[in-house]
Amino acid sequence: MKEVVRKGCTVFSDHGPAFGWDGGLLRKGGRVIKETQLTGEYGAVLEKEQRSFMTGNEVVAWAALAAEADFMYGYPITPQNEIMHYWSRLAPHFGRGFLQTEDEMAAGFAMLGGALVGKKTFCATAGPGNILMQEPIAMAEMMQIPGVWIIQQRGGPSTATVIYSQQELRLTTAGGNGEGLRIVYSTASHQELFEYTIKAFNRAWQYRFPTFVLGDGYQAKLREAVTLFRPAAKGWTLIPAEPLVRGPGIPALDREPVHLRNTFNIEEELYARLEEQLAAYERLTPEVVEWEVEVGPETEVLLVAHGIVARAAKQAQKMLNQQGQKVGYFRPITVRPFPGTALRQAVGANPNLRLLVVESAYGQLLSMVKAELYGLTNPIDTLLKPGVGVTAEEIVATVTKRAPKEVCHGG
Amino acid sequence: MADEKSTVVREPTKNPNMPLSWRKETKPHRFCPGCGHAMALKALGEVVDELGILDRVLYGCDIGCSLLSWDFFNFDSVQTHHGRTIPVVVGAKRARPETIGIAYMGDGGGYAIGAQHLVNAAQRGDQITAILANNTLYAMTGGQLAPTTLPGQKTGTTPYGREVRKTGSPLQGPELVAAIAPAGAYVARGTVGEYQQLKGYLKKALRNQMEGRGFSFVEVLSTCPTNWRTNAKDTWAFLQGEMARYFKVGELRVPEPAAPGEEE
Amino acid sequence: MADGKALKIIIAGEGGQGVQSIGELLAEAAFQAGKQALYIPNFGVEQRGGVSVAYVQISDEEIGAPKFLKADLLTVLSKRSAERTKGYLKPGTIYLYEQSALEAPVIDDRAVGIQGYETVAPEAFAKMVGDKAGKPATPPAAPALRPIGIRAAQTAKAELTPRVFNIIVLGAITKLIKVLPPAGVKEAIAKKFRAKFRENPELEELNFQAFAKGLTMIEAEGMQ
Repeated sequence: MKEVVRKGCTVFSDHGPAFGWDGGLLRKGGRVIKETQLTGEYGAVLEKEQRSFMTGNEVVAWAALAAEADFMYGYPITPQNEIMHYWSRLAPHFGRGFLQTEDEMAAGFAMLGGALVGKKTFCATAGPGNILMQEPIAMAEMMQIPGVWIIQQRGGPSTATVIYSQQELRLTTAGGNGEGLRIVYSTASHQELFEYTIKAFNRAWQYRFPTFVLGDGYQAKLREAVTLFRPAAKGWTLIPAEPLVRGPGIPALDREPVHLRNTFNIEEELYARLEEQLAAYERLTPEVVEWEVEVGPETEVLLVAHGIVARAAKQAQKMLNQQGQKVGYFRPITVRPFPGTALRQAVGANPNLRLLVVESAYGQLLSMVKAELYGLTNPIDTLLKPGVGVTAEEIVATVTKRAPKEVCHGG
Repeated sequence: MADEKSTVVREPTKNPNMPLSWRKETKPHRFCPGCGHAMALKALGEVVDELGILDRVLYGCDIGCSLLSWDFFNFDSVQTHHGRTIPVVVGAKRARPETIGIAYMGDGGGYAIGAQHLVNAAQRGDQITAILANNTLYAMTGGQLAPTTLPGQKTGTTPYGREVRKTGSPLQGPELVAAIAPAGAYVARGTVGEYQQLKGYLKKALRNQMEGRGFSFVEVLSTCPTNWRTNAKDTWAFLQGEMARYFKVGELRVPEPAAPGEEE
Repeated sequence: MADGKALKIIIAGEGGQGVQSIGELLAEAAFQAGKQALYIPNFGVEQRGGVSVAYVQISDEEIGAPKFLKADLLTVLSKRSAERTKGYLKPGTIYLYEQSALEAPVIDDRAVGIQGYETVAPEAFAKMVGDKAGKPATPPAAPALRPIGIRAAQTAKAELTPRVFNIIVLGAITKLIKVLPPAGVKEAIAKKFRAKFRENPELEELNFQAFAKGLTMIEAEGMQ
């Protein structure tokens, strides 16, 4: 089995957001947002669809522009700063906004304010900033206020390094003081950074759960090729933002006033609300979940990795297979919701299959994998390197060391 | 979108004492008897009516007793987190500048956990109106020390009275804001003990925002008989006596030239 | 590259020597030449006044992880950076090194903050290459290593301007890796410094001369 399961940019589902303002939009089959004319020197970049060579942070700024984001609220922290730099350079040419706030909490809460009055808002952060950002994200989750967060993971815990890690996986997927009802894409290339950032805006404003692009310092700073484009040119429908407050009509005269809250008086009241939200999250899961898998009945070792480490894993898989080993590959693209069913299918058919979980963290992906494979007896090996990059050669060495001798000489 | 320039005027109906902006379905309100919030909110409702801006208001309230106002009004409202009402309202205002953003909070939200937001919104000159009720303690959590607790005042966490040497002197919020806000700011301290004056300050603060001049901030000296453990007479005496002596009521910043048509 | 694997290049030196510019220009030229290219700077808090390392990969196929364990070409421009990067050597690594003594430079980088390296050319790194010709950096003794010493700093200072030191190194690398057309690398230089060159056309000429010197430096020394 070799498949890449990706979902379209727009999902037309039978159900709208869990509750709140008129969710009829999507039931009616979607409405195309009126795209801004992307004119001038900057607009031409998207229009021409040419391959460009740039850093990941720059890619994100272009993607937000292409996704018709209205406003970015930001606070400096390495390694995401250049997203703000590029956005604040681009934004005025297209009537978009930027505000540098006093901290990440302010940035996150200001995002929610902007989204409440009907604008597409986003923010980028990392490390300790991601910790502070969990407070507004918790409110977004409770009240189902849409927003897009770009996380460029740096080393942790604490200040650690400004460089790179995959140690914010747990925080990004399950942070806050609730159930982690979020959508998180873990990207592995600049092309993905561009496309999933656009997709993230659509998912956020469709389902109204906090939506993330989980990148890292390497992706932020490295330069590689990417093709930028206008979503409309690919037939991608952008989902418009609608006001949750200050919508049409005069409150109390034409309509009821909108009173939004995140506080509840009694347990049962909260429980009822959460049940509703959890059901909505369950419904969206099959519509959203994405993964990449390469496995067969012959496969002896399945490499499991996400984000940029998945690139090393894929490269290692190729090298090992050239040596005659039988190595497969599984990569969750959505790390929340996690493609558990797909992983179980890839593993479950073959009781002799060993897994090798590889990540730049100490078991954050591993614990997700274990949870999904509960009850299966396949052995799990690990290559866990918290806070540092993983190369294909290291993965090859790990697999080779563990493999029985005869396989070693088979290549 | 309704016409942003529309003025909402409705005839007073059943209860002439209740501002039109008050939502009668949620009355009686949830505040304790004698609580200053109800007075401050009544004044705010009347001012919104008088200015005819019901349809343009986004009202944000904090955590603490101020959250009990989440469905108090007939205008669109959002209850946020402790200290975070200012950034939510700033975010909305920046995204849709025709919005009249009102951030309502207590002294804990504005001067402690959210002090950075007050300071920075003020120094940026964000065109919102922040209203802060100062009752000298954290009321909802059971009456603990606040930045505004008076010297010697007993609270849940200063059972022997606030010792200035250990926990400092009460924070002078409007004075702080007045010192850092750029030109165009309106800053005042009113009190629920002087209702008409308070209304005047709130109206000027909202006008200041409507005219796009700058940040506006009104601290309201408020009462908390529940946590002060005072009867009506002592409540009033504390408000008009100790509190008023420490926190000077009046206007600290009035943009020049004064907006046309301002009463008072 | 013959086996389809990526060519792995490291350039290491002192912050301010133009190391990141070399990396960026190589990758840009490779991209323009229709190859897969990936460039990543190191950007620790130590960036300013520390060792600066650029990682470049050039390939005909998809590139995997951005960093790697062993380099096909390791360029070192200072003693400290040589020490820091010796782990990247393997049998067959081309070890390109600057022979003149390299004092810890006066930092004049366009570093943004201390954590943001925008990888913009540090135009004014004139001050950083030491005047004194001190002890030559000795390449580590490893089997089958291919050490190639150049005197880019001296050449830049004596014949051009110290500011084009890194472009001489870029020329030498271009010659050694053989996979990029020199004309393409020249174009990348012209593109990157367009604004500077417009301001000061003399600078363009100096850069191109420096690049040409780097190319011939390898030929002249018979190190091809």
